[in-house]
Amino acid sequence: MPYRAIKQLPAEEYLAPGHDMCAGCTVPITVRLLTRIAGKNTVVVNATGCLEVSTTPYPRSAWKIPWLHLAFENAAAAGSGVSAAFKVLKRKGLTDKDVKVVVLGGDGGTADIGLQSLSGAFERGDDITYVCYDNEAYMNTGIQRSGTTPFGAWTTTTPPGLLSAGQRTWKKDLMGIVIAHRVKYAATASPSHIIDAANKIEKAFSKGGPAFIHFLQPCVPGWKIDPSLGVKIARLAVQSGLWPLYEYEDGSVRTTVQVAKRVPVVEYFKLQGRFKHLMNRPEELTLIQNYADGLAAKHGYGPLVPASQ
Amino acid sequence: MTSRLGLSGNTAAAYAVRQLDVDVVPVYPITPSTTIMETLAQYAADGRMDAEIITVESEHSAISAAAAASAAGARTFTSTSSQGLLYMHEVLYVTSGLRLPVVMAVANRAISAPINIWNDQSDVFAERDTGWIQIHAESVQDVYDRMVQAYRIAEDSRVRLPVMVNYDGFVLSHAHGPVTIVADEEVAHFARRVASPFRLDPDSPISLGAIVWPDHYFEVKYQAARALEDSRRVIDEVQNDFRGMTGRKYELLRPYMAEDADFLLLAIGSVCGTIKTAARKMRSEGLKVGLIGLDVYRPFPGKELMRLIGGAKAVGVLDKAFLPGSMAGPAYTDVTSALCRYGVNVPVHDFVAGIGGRDIKVEDVQTMYRVLEKAKDNARFDREIHYVGLRR
Repeated sequence: MPYRAIKQLPAEEYLAPGHDMCAGCTVPITVRLLTRIAGKNTVVVNATGCLEVSTTPYPRSAWKIPWLHLAFENAAAAGSGVSAAFKVLKRKGLTDKDVKVVVLGGDGGTADIGLQSLSGAFERGDDITYVCYDNEAYMNTGIQRSGTTPFGAWTTTTPPGLLSAGQRTWKKDLMGIVIAHRVKYAATASPSHIIDAANKIEKAFSKGGPAFIHFLQPCVPGWKIDPSLGVKIARLAVQSGLWPLYEYEDGSVRTTVQVAKRVPVVEYFKLQGRFKHLMNRPEELTLIQNYADGLAAKHGYGPLVPASQ
Repeated sequence: MTSRLGLSGNTAAAYAVRQLDVDVVPVYPITPSTTIMETLAQYAADGRMDAEIITVESEHSAISAAAAASAAGARTFTSTSSQGLLYMHEVLYVTSGLRLPVVMAVANRAISAPINIWNDQSDVFAERDTGWIQIHAESVQDVYDRMVQAYRIAEDSRVRLPVMVNYDGFVLSHAHGPVTIVADEEVAHFARRVASPFRLDPDSPISLGAIVWPDHYFEVKYQAARALEDSRRVIDEVQNDFRGMTGRKYELLRPYMAEDADFLLLAIGSVCGTIKTAARKMRSEGLKVGLIGLDVYRPFPGKELMRLIGGAKAVGVLDKAFLPGSMAGPAYTDVTSALCRYGVNVPVHDFVAGIGGRDIKVEDVQTMYRVLEKAKDNARFDREIHYVGLRR
């Protein structure tokens, strides 16, 4: 039975309050949802990143389930190791648990430095659910561009200037790369669409093989946004067509959230300081709007409806 | 029940892994260690070993998966050589820092560039200070025996550290030798599991790999370093128990004709066999020479070594590795720091040989002993490294 309302979600929390994530950070929304659905018999493997440093300042930890961090680029491989360990220990009668292995990595740890180990784990068909929390830059080190930073965005290593309008490359198609591995399940998700995300998490766990969920995560300092607007901005990403919500299952892709009336990308951009410089650069804005139009067409989104004046 | 088999170093290591009831084996091929994983894959395919073999996409992932599986409470093994060991570098520290008792066999090989697949010990010396217990084998029998001992040491609650069993690539990894095997059930009993209280268990959740700030980091690192230092006691116990089971004696150091020797060579690995031949020859010519094999290299048995070399007139350290720019080979630096620390005043000379598969011949060893004899009355230390077998 798919979830239809937030009150149907399991209530038990496994990420304790009191961690050091920024006020307004959208990542804990994802993690809480993920772990509530995963339940007690879960091991979390975390790549180096914001989430790792902010939830485990020794001797404190926010994790109420077993949690492991080894390094930055090897979270998927570590997930494979944990998964294999529980599999064989159960076979030998040394544990009686079926343990879910959830791997959490940021965009750098997943799509850049961790891409090799991600590819290995997926190609082998290892039983892990990998969740990428994509805040579209290396936020933990102070906002440097990554392979998933969107075109035009300011970061400290793609500063707009006389000769630059910010990031000059288009967001890496991580979902395309993952799907090319013929994983059991892959989906995009957003903290603005909790029920959609909850059902995707549930599905990912049910597959008994490699599953991937790619969350877009507005970041307060990195996106230069008001801490109260993270979820709203995530919603605008979906409504603009820049972050379509879809899933890949049994060889085909299905759009899970339809958008009848699309908002222009500028509506999404204008709440974010990282795109401020684009506001007087119509050429770049047109390029990005065309890019969003292409994504929207692929997912059968409705027409662009300019913001009411 | 014991039996005698003809095994290579790699197959001897794999044979022990099968007997040790290892749970998870993440491996990646690299010459000359590859035949270990091939053998283990065959054992698993034939149902002779109940393990999860993870054919990872790199050595970095091999050691990462191994560390993670160990954190989950599984007995874990991997193997590698050369570039593969170097590629593991950062995770070697993570493994020892998190006190994960992984065991790894390393068939030692030269490192690039230039690329070279043959033996020296540059790979393990590049990882000398990663916090692992490091043991070196002199023979194929040693490879097997040290593997049988390894988990007992690694998993001991007083230790909780990874163990690296090293042996020379090709010379020991591929050459076959007679190996006296311990029966499966005896190995199982000898190396029975000790469940760690620090594992990823949903009934008793822990966070492993937390960020540690300046107010605790020093203490955490010190504890691991202390455990490595103190592991020599556990290694001694395990060696003694092993002797009780097999009659085969292992110690931190392996002296040969050392007791009354005027001129001592300190060396690591299979070259000790060649040195023994040379030593016997020179003894028959009246020169009192001897050898100390540095079997357990980390923790470095400095104190024990000083006891053995105190009476020598001159000591030579044979390094099968470079430390470019350091004025010395790596073992030489450890030996000289032990000499200084314990105030032992013996002239000590540094020989670098056997690099990139260059043979060390009996005559080369005789040359080394002659250098020691000639130099005994001169300055305490040489000003230069003796490169033996180098054309220039």
